[in-house]
Amino acid sequence: MSAGTGRLTAADRVVDQVLEASRSDGCVVIVEELSQAEVRFANNTVTTNGTRRDRGVSVIAFRETEGGTAVGTASSSGATDVIDLVRRAEANAATAQAAEDAAPLVTRGHPAADDFADPPVMTSLAGLGTVLTGLGDAFRRASAAGTRLAGYAEHQVSTFYLGSSTGLRLRYVEPTGKLEAVARADGGARSAWAATGADDLATVHVEELKERLDRRLSWGERKLDLAAGRYEVVLPPDAVADLVVPLGDATSGREAEEGRSVFSAPGGGTRVGESLSSQQFSLRSDPFAAGLECTPFLVTGASGQDVSVFDNGLPLERTDWISDGCLARLQYHRAGAARSGVEAAAPAHNLILEVPGATSSLEELIGRTERGLLLTCLWYIRDVDPETLLLTGLTRDGVYLVEHGEIVGSVNNFRFNESPVDLLSKTIEAGRTERALSREWNEWLNRTAMPALRVAEFNMSSVSPAT
Amino acid sequence: MATVELDAEFLALPLEAIRSAVLERARALGCEHAEARIERIRSQVVSLRDGRLETSADNVELGLGLRVVHDGSFGFAATIEIDVDAAAALADEAVATARATAPAVAERVELADEPSHGESVWSAAYDLDPSGVPMAEKVALLEDWSGRLLRSAGVDHVTAFLLAVVEDKHYANLSGTVTTQRRVRVHPEVEATAVDAEAGGFETMRSVAPPAGRGWEYLLGQGFDWDDELARIPDYLAEKLHAPSVTPGAYDLVIDPTNLWLTIHESIGHATELDRAMGYEAAYAGTSFATFDKLGTLAYGSEVMNVTGDRTVEHGLATVAYDDEGVEAQSFDIIRDGVLVGYQLDRRIARLMGLGRSNGCAFADSPGHTPIQRMANVSLRPAAGSGPTTEELISSVQDGFYVVGDKSWSIDMQRYNFQFTGQRFFRIERGKLAGQVKDLAYQSRTTEFWGAMQAVGGESTYRLGGAFNCGKGQPGQVAPVSHGCPSALFRGINVLNTRAESGR
Repeated sequence: MSAGTGRLTAADRVVDQVLEASRSDGCVVIVEELSQAEVRFANNTVTTNGTRRDRGVSVIAFRETEGGTAVGTASSSGATDVIDLVRRAEANAATAQAAEDAAPLVTRGHPAADDFADPPVMTSLAGLGTVLTGLGDAFRRASAAGTRLAGYAEHQVSTFYLGSSTGLRLRYVEPTGKLEAVARADGGARSAWAATGADDLATVHVEELKERLDRRLSWGERKLDLAAGRYEVVLPPDAVADLVVPLGDATSGREAEEGRSVFSAPGGGTRVGESLSSQQFSLRSDPFAAGLECTPFLVTGASGQDVSVFDNGLPLERTDWISDGCLARLQYHRAGAARSGVEAAAPAHNLILEVPGATSSLEELIGRTERGLLLTCLWYIRDVDPETLLLTGLTRDGVYLVEHGEIVGSVNNFRFNESPVDLLSKTIEAGRTERALSREWNEWLNRTAMPALRVAEFNMSSVSPAT
Repeated sequence: MATVELDAEFLALPLEAIRSAVLERARALGCEHAEARIERIRSQVVSLRDGRLETSADNVELGLGLRVVHDGSFGFAATIEIDVDAAAALADEAVATARATAPAVAERVELADEPSHGESVWSAAYDLDPSGVPMAEKVALLEDWSGRLLRSAGVDHVTAFLLAVVEDKHYANLSGTVTTQRRVRVHPEVEATAVDAEAGGFETMRSVAPPAGRGWEYLLGQGFDWDDELARIPDYLAEKLHAPSVTPGAYDLVIDPTNLWLTIHESIGHATELDRAMGYEAAYAGTSFATFDKLGTLAYGSEVMNVTGDRTVEHGLATVAYDDEGVEAQSFDIIRDGVLVGYQLDRRIARLMGLGRSNGCAFADSPGHTPIQRMANVSLRPAAGSGPTTEELISSVQDGFYVVGDKSWSIDMQRYNFQFTGQRFFRIERGKLAGQVKDLAYQSRTTEFWGAMQAVGGESTYRLGGAFNCGKGQPGQVAPVSHGCPSALFRGINVLNTRAESGR
């Protein structure tokens, strides 16, 4: 896709060059090759577009020192002077104190690395499939119907190469795509949103998305005003992802042990083992989950509170953060896990919420709702109080009143104040788990699978006049 | 600065050869407009946890981006290959992209006129290049800050953080404007946490120093008194941990610039971006209640409300000499005497809406992204003359709160309904501060809130706040931006208790 002239050093060679140049006691090098194509539209016209190729190289130098191992990192995006990068990482390691997250470098990982010398996988505008060619027709038909489409389609492929002085040579190709759109009618007074996340946009079509949008728009022809208050709500899988992604992010072992998390126990320790819901929820990450496959080894250019550069290359497995409705695991890097006497646990690039055995569709949940609000998606979600994991945010592009199992009209938007931990305990019923795209968080986590949920007493704190 | 110092290593790149190759090829391909950016962005992060280094990162991004207008369509392409052959090939790719999307372009792209500015260089005002300070020195300073807090009674945990960015950008367009600009910015932050082990629960107190368009000197005390801030945080934190939980209701608020800048950013800055108001961000960031038909008539707030946009203020995070469409930096009115009088513009939207020249608000956050309309430094003007001090504003409140420091923020997609929390909230009783409360959030609607602004403080209360991470666009881009404001007094604002909101 790029204007590449093919003169960039091959990624696997960059890994070798870094390791050959390394003078430190240990070294990890990560090359992420990125290829992307995108098209954006609004007001029934394409606005911006782009294709790009990028390469990120991270070098992590490890130095044995008094009391442990010190770390220095340096990274680049773009064409790289490998030697300069190695020396910068080593200079940073030379003055660093022993790291708190030190652990022996990983020596073995899955999968077998016989593809390491393969070039990165590239995408191009062709990677947008029929989306590009379908837009013009969709715009013309929307204009004729008095509606306006705005949205975005993107296809990107990241190819990761990870090498270490301990012999790791790992490669993984992670393609990610999405199509999302809003349809607005009556000058914006009625609107609907729909989206699809997929590895490959060949199976995603504007026509199908537009049908979903038109159906939702038709629900909004009768307008109703409702006041703020606590409502029963029906959350489609996308909206569940909006609330559950922050729940996944809140599973820090260290924060919980330090008493500064929703998962801290009063008097010390964590809430692991505690029941969070009477529903048999499983919240997990799993790099091998069908349809949500992602990088099956840990790749990180920087340490954080529960993730460590020492753990690069660590095989990732299915990890249940919540199991049978109970808090099961928290995130720990290996050093933290050893200190706490637990197993290390790291998230993958996906997140799955499921009630095993649940088979109901969203429509069936709506059908069993006596009176409640059907939401579309949530927006501008921010932490308010980490102690309860209270989040605030807005409903957006479609709130509908359900009475006696039927959608009877569309309702104004609301600001909510609600905790995803409480969401689990207030769940009345969960549907079957399916691929979902969080509108708020998909740039950071595209691969999610969520059930639709019926939830009691959802706190709509105030009315938003926004449309 | 007396002389403009640019980075020798950046200038040593074949800038002229590459821009010539890419622009000549674009011209040969029949582009109406083309602009190339060669950018190098050095970003460094240092973070400490309880006085120990948790992570350090040192990244250099280097690339070339090209945007063309070809037969009424934009085309954008970017590469990391910095050589003449790759540059020429990039022009073919950008034109191919424009052609591929042209069938779905219903609205021909035309850009507002901007004269050629010839060749120029510019550098932001800073003394010490933060990327030139050894990592060990950065870590040592944050260790010192962390240690001061950790040694204080009642502080259980401390995080300390620094993000420093140096952005070198070479821009050239077909009109003959060639600019080389350097921007420097730093964002230091410390936060102390106190844990109530028996009862469960915790509180935090964070420094209120804004990120700034300054160099390493900012961390050494130029522009902010770190010694004073670090000395005060433990007492503020201890008081907050044991403070009473707020009783919700309608109260008068005196809002400090350390909090108000963010409310300005969300409820004025984004709401007065004309691309948003015209629906071009409808699928992502949202639209605006401040629609174009209301220009010149919308009562945005009270008569003491005057808001400007600028890309010129010294140390401002959005400050440049020329934007990413080659438009000269300007200062302009957005709200005058409470009435909406202007929008932030880029060249496409200025032309589309018949507003004449762009006011210079186009920005791309990396060589890999296309320029989009981004925020100027949008600032609330202080009272003319000497104006009231913060203490004088507080003295005029019978029953209310003084809000300091930003924390949680959220606003709806049309920029009406917002909710903010803060670092600390002091009870005001009969004109006097009467200790902190906790669990406070204020919630309002934009025009009601600004309509309830009874007084703005004087010049002495004026501070520049800001953020590095303003998000907009798809693919997502982040932009740094500053917002100046005085302390201000608001009557009858809705205050919530966040514990009660969670149902506890």
